[in-house]
Amino acid sequence: MKKHLWDSIKMLLVMTIFTGIIYPLAMTGIAQIIFPNQANGSMIKINGKLVGSRLIGQNFTSDRYFWPRPSAIGYNPLPSGGSNYGPTSDTLKDLVEMRRKEFIRLNGLPSNTRVPPDMLYASGSGLDPDISPEAAELQIGRVARARGFDLAQTARLRKLVQSHIQEPQLGFLGNTRVNVLELNIALDSLR
Amino acid sequence: MLIATFGFFGMHDIVQIGVFLLALTLLTPPLGAFMAKALNGERNFLTPVFGGLERRFYRICRIDPGQEMDWKSYLLAVVAFSLVGLVALWLFQVTQAYLPLNPQHLPNVSWDLAFNTAVSFMTNTNWQSYAGETTLSYFVQMAGLTVHNFVSAAAGMAVLLALIRGITRKSTEGLGNFWADLVRMTLYVLLPLSIILTLILVGQGTVQTLSGYAHVTTLEGQKQVIAVGPAASQIAIKQIGTNGGGFFNANSTHPFENPTPLTNFFEVLAIILIASASVYTYGKMAGAPRQGWVIWGVMLAVFCIMLGVSLYSEYNFHPPYVSTPSMEGKETRLGVTNSILWEVTTTVTSNGSVNSMHDSLSPLSGMVALVDMMYGEVIFGGIGSGLASMLLFVLLTVFIAGLMVGRTPEYLGKKIEAYEVKMSVIGVLAPGAAILIFTAVASVTKVGLSALNNGGPHGLSEILYAFTSCAANNGSAFAGLGTNTVFYNITQGIDMLIGRFVPIVAYLAVAGSLAKKKSVPPSAGTFPTDSMLFGFLLIGVIIIVAALTFFPVLALGPIAEHFLMLAGKTF
Repeated sequence: MKKHLWDSIKMLLVMTIFTGIIYPLAMTGIAQIIFPNQANGSMIKINGKLVGSRLIGQNFTSDRYFWPRPSAIGYNPLPSGGSNYGPTSDTLKDLVEMRRKEFIRLNGLPSNTRVPPDMLYASGSGLDPDISPEAAELQIGRVARARGFDLAQTARLRKLVQSHIQEPQLGFLGNTRVNVLELNIALDSLR
Repeated sequence: MLIATFGFFGMHDIVQIGVFLLALTLLTPPLGAFMAKALNGERNFLTPVFGGLERRFYRICRIDPGQEMDWKSYLLAVVAFSLVGLVALWLFQVTQAYLPLNPQHLPNVSWDLAFNTAVSFMTNTNWQSYAGETTLSYFVQMAGLTVHNFVSAAAGMAVLLALIRGITRKSTEGLGNFWADLVRMTLYVLLPLSIILTLILVGQGTVQTLSGYAHVTTLEGQKQVIAVGPAASQIAIKQIGTNGGGFFNANSTHPFENPTPLTNFFEVLAIILIASASVYTYGKMAGAPRQGWVIWGVMLAVFCIMLGVSLYSEYNFHPPYVSTPSMEGKETRLGVTNSILWEVTTTVTSNGSVNSMHDSLSPLSGMVALVDMMYGEVIFGGIGSGLASMLLFVLLTVFIAGLMVGRTPEYLGKKIEAYEVKMSVIGVLAPGAAILIFTAVASVTKVGLSALNNGGPHGLSEILYAFTSCAANNGSAFAGLGTNTVFYNITQGIDMLIGRFVPIVAYLAVAGSLAKKKSVPPSAGTFPTDSMLFGFLLIGVIIIVAALTFFPVLALGPIAEHFLMLAGKTF
């Protein structure tokens, strides 16, 4: 046993240096050279100021912007996480009913509108950057009103939303979606 | 009018699952054949790259890779290595404030959480009582967790290799050399695959940096602190080594761990690839590829059944107050089908990473995850440990078939006798006993119940899931349960140790006993173990053992919840 313990200490040390220090540092070096933007968090800068990451959702509450999904952590990434409410949770039931009513009321939609599930339920990470195209469509009217858009501008807004729809990757992987932050940044420069 | 994105199961979903199964099937034979070569020390196409390094490892540690170990020596080496790793990882965490690479100045981890996390990574469980981005420094993530992601997977494979040698060798004590198995698995298999996956992940947006967290001002003028870190290199091995402990709290739901549907595809494939290939490796090493394929077929069949049940439940059974499948705990870019495919893949193997929150799944989907772990993760399973447990089930099946026809059972020419059967039963039942006892204790004590996030039967499911996941060395969670308490950190730590080491003792004891035996040629009375009939028997034995052990508690948890949910009850 003594020999095994001694061998173990030596082996763990070698493995730590190799897989715990050399491997991650080498990967960091390579990543920083080949994919500097992605490796540092796909950050978006406007006029030299960091406004967020393309991949990390942020909270929008103003009527002038498209809203993201509900988040169990209010889009504060420290730490990330979901609600973990189960299907028979009282709290979840109340939240979903409240979100449905609010989404319809605040967007000025007919009361029988089918609210897409991504707007009723919080994401797993609490940082989901995307919403479904349906959820974006349903918000167009509200955003246009808040910004005082005329008919021509609203038509351009509709086009803008259309152009931000991402199809499934490689044509078959994942869902059709809209990145909320990118859409809102483009929205700010829409005339 | 736009098509509803999450509403129904269609062609799009079938294609995604089909491509996954096809990729898995096509990659299994070449990787399996490569592993059979590389892990037995034969020359392979990576020898020019890693051969020199491998020899240097042995030289530094003064180890003779050709020195054979008997089963007791092999077991002691595994235990000693695990023990040293446990102590080192615990020390790193409780002193991280004094160690380098801690740009967020995170304080030392508490003793009980450090114990839980150290056991968790050493046993290849990777349960997360910690929240990566607010608990652990970059140094602990790299030099602590990443290292154990490699070596715990490699140790699992080593034990499987010893068991295979025990079955295939004749009249010997030697089961191979643990250190050589450990080093070869790390260098020739885990490391190259991790490098490839790291680059794919970073290209798609997974972070890999040593800088501190980014402070941004959002469009609406709020402050947001975005956690980053050397994540990709760790996530790669976390998927490949059936580890599953996330760099971030939200694991692979986090957009930095799993930024796109493409990364999701590679990550979910990485979970199961080596486990699948090692079945082929087994057939090759046993000199009987059909033996491997029959076991692989059983695994794939059970996998597809589990996937089907879970998909059906998630798409069709939701609370009456909504008309669509739930998106609670799921990500828009991935959707329902990818979440369920991952859920089943991560629980049949011992991976335990998640791309959706299992706590929020429909009751029967959650039950599929539980059942996957309860039969001991023998469907593909953890690296090494999965197939090793499956081989114990194979021995039990051979034994039961022998009882039915009244002949001494044999497997690949080896007589299966009382000792092997006893050991197999211990290895198969010990984790189950740990699960039920700990769940019972937690369900009737204040400290156990105060951690709950949900009421009603779902509360029981949360506790049951925690101890099942730990005993199966899985690591996924019904994460609402607040387990960062002394009670859970310690009981789960013990649960993980039982789930890892009792079966390992069983594998190696069986290996040692079989290796000593002479081989007997097959006779007319030998029950062929490479037939469909044997495959069905094997499935039957697995289901009966799991059902007898766990049906009562499943009836009280997810099954009761299913019917209450349909009746519109909430808690």
